[in-house]
Amino acid sequence: MKTFLFCVVVLLVILIGAFLYRVLQGPTIFDRLLGHNGISTKAIILLIVIGISFERVDMFIDISIGYALLNLVGALAVAKYLEQKGASIE
Amino acid sequence: MNMLSIIFIVAGLFFMIVAAIGVIRLPDVFSRSHAASLADSLGAFLMLVGIALHEGLGINMLKILVVLALLYILNPVIAHATIRAALRSGLKPWQKETS
Repeated sequence: MKTFLFCVVVLLVILIGAFLYRVLQGPTIFDRLLGHNGISTKAIILLIVIGISFERVDMFIDISIGYALLNLVGALAVAKYLEQKGASIE
Repeated sequence: MNMLSIIFIVAGLFFMIVAAIGVIRLPDVFSRSHAASLADSLGAFLMLVGIALHEGLGINMLKILVVLALLYILNPVIAHATIRAALRSGLKPWQKETS
């Protein structure tokens, strides 16, 4: 069981690397925003899995809720701002 | 950890891997948003259901379900807002070149 959770953590970190490639490489700013959204989703799940692995879920789940509120609402605010202002596309 | 939660977590990991491949391989932002919103939301849903089943009844399961509701509502909303901003700022959808 410990080994299974460790494999899940390693696989999630590899998936974060895949999204990070899109954030660094993406041609427009909207690609970077989508990549940021995917990274924040993975990070929330990663925190909960680490909490189960350490058997301290009651502490890690609160950090995870705070992270979800900050990141997702922040990304939504950036998207609405770009929608009103309009981004420059080369 | 019972068998059911392991099945749910592995299914969620499968959908997340599909989402990552789609985000790397697809050609433009409109098609990438399918991978980044649909497959990613379903993968997060399945993984959090598996974790909640492992945790059992209690206050921790309730908090995990709160995180699940937040992710499952806000992830497609962010993708939709991003794509609407891309469309309104004049980005053209990708088309296959006719040779």
